[in-house]
Amino acid sequence: MEFLISGIMAITWKQLVMYAVGALLIYLAIAKGFEPSLLLPMGLGAILVNIPLSGVINQTVDVLNTTTGTAETLTQHGIIQWLFETTIEASEALPILLFIGIGAMIDFGPLLSNPKMFLFGAAAQFGIFFTIVVAALLNFDLKDAASVGIIGAADGPTSILVSQQLKSSYVGPIAVAAYSYMALVPIVQPFAIKLVTTKKERLIRMEYNPKSVSRTTRLLFPIIVTFIAGLIAPQSVALVGFLMFGNLIRESGVLGSLSDTAQNVLPNLITLLLGITVSFSMKAEDFVKWQTLMIMGLGLVAFVMDSIGGVLFAKLLNLFLKKKINPMVGAAGISAFPMSARVIQKMGIKEDPTNHLLMHAISANVAGQIGSVVAGGVVINLVMQLLAK
Amino acid sequence: MTDVVRNALEIMGKGMLSIFIVIFILSLIVILLTKVTTTKNEPESEE
Repeated sequence: MEFLISGIMAITWKQLVMYAVGALLIYLAIAKGFEPSLLLPMGLGAILVNIPLSGVINQTVDVLNTTTGTAETLTQHGIIQWLFETTIEASEALPILLFIGIGAMIDFGPLLSNPKMFLFGAAAQFGIFFTIVVAALLNFDLKDAASVGIIGAADGPTSILVSQQLKSSYVGPIAVAAYSYMALVPIVQPFAIKLVTTKKERLIRMEYNPKSVSRTTRLLFPIIVTFIAGLIAPQSVALVGFLMFGNLIRESGVLGSLSDTAQNVLPNLITLLLGITVSFSMKAEDFVKWQTLMIMGLGLVAFVMDSIGGVLFAKLLNLFLKKKINPMVGAAGISAFPMSARVIQKMGIKEDPTNHLLMHAISANVAGQIGSVVAGGVVINLVMQLLAK
Repeated sequence: MTDVVRNALEIMGKGMLSIFIVIFILSLIVILLTKVTTTKNEPESEE
């Protein structure tokens, strides 16, 4: 009868913690609607990979070869470990392929008609670098500090890809933090924005008078972005290139069914697998550490400083502009699209029901998509150069 | 200050500068493209 309870007897306290973490993620996904497409599979995956001798991860078993009479070690391959090793560890294929879908869903029109909003896509990446410094001060090594900082990209696939490429030990907590805080943007951003703005600043009105955007511009834009970003940060070519590939499919106008697939079926298929695959890095011995709690805290710092960076940059620009920018729009330069734009619109309406900031915020938010993938490539590039010295 | 912190500060400086340079170049190109490709009479113009 011992074989019936051997599994239960083998559970460690760290695995119990992971069952609770998994249950919490599932609860947040279903009851609170927090990024359910990722948190639900990650939650279930966290439970699956932490069952003792779980068949979803590789298990080595010593068996007796009855022919030769000698002991042999057999490896039983687990599906989640295989998915992780093949689609993330070996190639980062899953997050990169997801970018095709994201690119196909983005309409760069509002940004192209209002190009000064590009700058907020850069400014709102400040939280990434601020957090890298704070993580370094907290004794994380450089590659782990950079991987934690990239939570501030506010983009799940970028966070997973960068932390994996830098061989961070904390891919699991980083993915959980990235997706959790993306879901918490409606709570984090208003708090951060109100810290650094006055009511008078939040009341600044912005009229929307977009310039017309030609089809030629829409077609050339994805190609030019990939080229320029790739020349300056070669490591960003995979991220930016696939994002823009998806966008070019959308804008070409001649690939209707591919565009449709890229926007719907492809991201759904990948998302179906991504969360449960990432859960491989949520094994108890890797996840239940003090550093995981620190990473959760640092993720919050990253998001707050992203928002503050964007807002302060808007205030800096306002020193030189006649037509002032509402500084809240600067905070929309993070990559959490379209949630951040909606948050800014809501905050603007709350201050003045006639002040509609949505299109400006969307322009900045879309710029943030570009800024975050460039940031991911730049971080990988710079860390590799420094580690090579 | 440890080497890691020094390196992190270097990444901050170079990283933000790189992103701003890329974004600035892209915005200039977009402004140029918009001026060159959009005319009052261009039938393909769309917002």
